Amino acid sequence: MGHYIPHTEIERQQMLAAIGVTTIEDLFEAVPASHRFPKLNLPKPMSELEVSQEMQALADTNEHAQDFALFRGAGAYHHFIPSIVNHTLLRGEFLTAYTPYQPEVSQGTLQAVYEYQSMMCALTGMQAANASHYDGATSLAESVAVALQVTYGKRHKVLLSQGINPQYREVVRTYYQGRDMDITGDDKGYSLSELGAMVDNTTAMVAVSYPNFFGQVEDLSALAKVVHAAGALFVVVANPMALALFKSPGSMGADIVVGEAQSVGVPLGFGGPYVGYFGIKQEYVRKIAGRIVGETVDSDGRRAYVMTLRPREQDIKREKASSNICTNQGLMALAVAVYLSVMGKHGMRQVAELNYHKAHYAAEQINKLPGYTVQRDKVFFNEFVVKGPKSVKDINESLITEGIIGGYNLGQDYPTMADHMLLCVTEMNSREEIDTLVSVLGSVK
Amino acid sequence: MARLKYPSDLKYTKSDEWVRLEGDTATIGISDYAQDALNDLTYLELSVDVGAHVDVGDAIAEVESVKASSSIYTPIAGDVLAINSALKKSAETINADPYGEGWLVKLKVSDTSALDALMTADDYEKFCQSR
Repeated sequence: MGHYIPHTEIERQQMLAAIGVTTIEDLFEAVPASHRFPKLNLPKPMSELEVSQEMQALADTNEHAQDFALFRGAGAYHHFIPSIVNHTLLRGEFLTAYTPYQPEVSQGTLQAVYEYQSMMCALTGMQAANASHYDGATSLAESVAVALQVTYGKRHKVLLSQGINPQYREVVRTYYQGRDMDITGDDKGYSLSELGAMVDNTTAMVAVSYPNFFGQVEDLSALAKVVHAAGALFVVVANPMALALFKSPGSMGADIVVGEAQSVGVPLGFGGPYVGYFGIKQEYVRKIAGRIVGETVDSDGRRAYVMTLRPREQDIKREKASSNICTNQGLMALAVAVYLSVMGKHGMRQVAELNYHKAHYAAEQINKLPGYTVQRDKVFFNEFVVKGPKSVKDINESLITEGIIGGYNLGQDYPTMADHMLLCVTEMNSREEIDTLVSVLGSVK
Repeated sequence: MARLKYPSDLKYTKSDEWVRLEGDTATIGISDYAQDALNDLTYLELSVDVGAHVDVGDAIAEVESVKASSSIYTPIAGDVLAINSALKKSAETINADPYGEGWLVKLKVSDTSALDALMTADDYEKFCQSR
């Protein structure tokens, strides 16, 4: 705050005099008088107390996750965030920092981003990562841009597994509307082998989710081989929390790993801000969008950090750039960096195991209930599919009266899955909460 | 500052490419003036593979410096015989030796009439001095 010093009235008058005008309004003379200062009819300004009360009233129309036993994930996850994450983010140097164009005054921001990039590489098994994207959907859409560039724009088919978050697939289609492309693969079932059978020499890339939207984790190595044999890129959309427990996509043949990093350090926040991550193999790094921070030495030979590979970006490459994105989610990427470093490898493993075991305990108990069937044919992480004796809507209504938020209604995105619910269990759900959930589900008639 | 070179056995374009014709093989690169204007080159990417056919005006490469990215186009049609892949690891070779080791692609050409429209070394030097 010590660096922000507003102008005084005397300084304003001096500046106006220096350029030969009397008032600030004089500077708008080029605008026609009838449009110059339109009446805006704004309400009178409020005091800080009044604004605070109004905002609080708006906020109170929402519920807070901490007041419920929350058993829903479906792309946004309720995890514990240590207080040091918020403490670090609220520091003025980080909270109000802008894009680090001047490395000599931005080493804190640059190093934090570099650490974030490095940790995402470690988790995903990729060799390079960018400084983050808007959200998981965006990073998937950006991977398509890379695949099109790498195949010289000569391939137009993009295969998306039905197991990828439905909203992400919709965003990819929005992104590329008007372009001559065939975005397909998700109208069929979501088996990996069915997807592999659709690959041919017009395919630029194949993308799958890990875990998939239904919580399942599968070995992707065989599909990766099929994709590479056809000369296409293999993209994996992965939940970073799951990567603390399961094999990295890189070790199974992924060329690009993208996804939502909200699950590792960012609160639910009514849907945002979230943070997309983007990891890739070194040989393709010059094709990717977004900011990249690199490590170098300064003129005295000391280690320093800078934005690097800038000519990739649209302000330089213009219509030849992969994408028009040239920014990142700095504050959220910092949250992820702080969370991952304070949890560490062992802490992350512990949290992931808690998620896994609690979800499996819940699944086992629910499966025993008459009228309920849990899908357990594949390995799952912290989410699983349940079919119950009534509609998802009815079951969730019974649950909410007991302070429980039930699972996601899969029928709204997958027509063959009406009455199927996607339940999520994290380290935030105590054993008592899970037992209560099972008990209330059992009493649904 | 060393004087810029304009070898007399080459033909030049207004967009600063040069062509050397030997029999039916055309070698293409960018001129000393171009490498000097672009400054230290950091990266080169060739956008054609051996065996591809290119027409006049097709992009054959993209060259990058710290703050700029430029496309390079072929002034003559032909089939790609060879590409200088070594430049991918050392783009600075173009700065050091733009007419020798800094060559970009070699084409097998059948119709050399496109070269008639290009500038001689003298015309190109005059053109560069007027910029």
